[in-house]
Amino acid sequence: MQLAILVTHIRAEEKLLINAFRDRGIEPDVILDRDFNLDITAGSEQLSPSGLRWSEYDLVLERCVSTSRGMYALAILNSWGIPTINTYETAAVCSDKLRTSIALAQAGVPQPATRVAFDSEQAIDAIERLGYPAVLKPVTGSWGRLLARVTDRYGAEAIIEHRQTLGDYNHHVYYAQEYIDKPGRDIRAFVLGDVTIGAIYRESRHWITNTARGGQAYNCPITPALDDLCVRAARAVGGGILAIDVLEDEDGQLLVNEVNHTMEFRNSSEPTGVNIPAEIVDFVLDSVSVPA
Amino acid sequence: MTTPICPECDAEVSIPQDAMENELISCPDCGSELEIISLNPVELELAPETEEDWGE
Repeated sequence: MQLAILVTHIRAEEKLLINAFRDRGIEPDVILDRDFNLDITAGSEQLSPSGLRWSEYDLVLERCVSTSRGMYALAILNSWGIPTINTYETAAVCSDKLRTSIALAQAGVPQPATRVAFDSEQAIDAIERLGYPAVLKPVTGSWGRLLARVTDRYGAEAIIEHRQTLGDYNHHVYYAQEYIDKPGRDIRAFVLGDVTIGAIYRESRHWITNTARGGQAYNCPITPALDDLCVRAARAVGGGILAIDVLEDEDGQLLVNEVNHTMEFRNSSEPTGVNIPAEIVDFVLDSVSVPA
Repeated sequence: MTTPICPECDAEVSIPQDAMENELISCPDCGSELEIISLNPVELELAPETEEDWGE
């Protein structure tokens, strides 16, 4: 079996995964996204940086911290018929909050009310239809960066003017959501295929609860309702190895906020008691041995 | 073996026994994020700055 892990560099997660593969007696090739350029028309017989032809890989596990590099590499590899986790389609949907919202809506998965505008005045109108406070997010981005909790019209006008003036075209797509007054925490659930393997609460006094922003992780029991919601969300975006971010509203209803396709999990095995890297490796190996 | 030096602050940086090439580590003195470019001999570089599309 020939496996590769495609990375930008080795973070804690990739090191855990490589060691988990080694525990299974498998030495994956580590391929850096900076180490190759690809002839789009030459197909999978060209050499990868490891010296193997791309076609020799039974599966490539994409773990790039760079979303664009990972996504476009998946697009090329999948176009050559090389199995990857996740697929390009899943990555493309998850890396774009607007496309994620569309996919969730099509699948009937509950999410915060969301409006999109492409013009400053329409953006104000979108926010005011949602009501203050509302949340403005870039359609691409991670780790809670550039999220804005907009509490009044003056704030909305200022943020939109800044984005219009200082941002590139990506920031001129105004993706606005209703603000969910969650109970000082959100939920991150880890889904492999059709199974929710574990979940954490991310608690913070700040409304942004990402662990990258200081949110504290502790175990979240997987209720049937949470499991059902997360599996439906995972299917909606194309499935694979995914982290589903879930909000609890004031009535206790669960809403899917985001779906992450190259999830971080370094702080989640201990609180959940689930060996997440080992579970991922087993899922990858099962995916290789049971062709779709 | 020469102890590797942080390229930012010249502090000595200890390398984990199970270190991997291209692994990110932190300088214990200045906190800079460093990338292990090679293990034999150990070479460290400042890790790339976080880009806008980095994340999960």
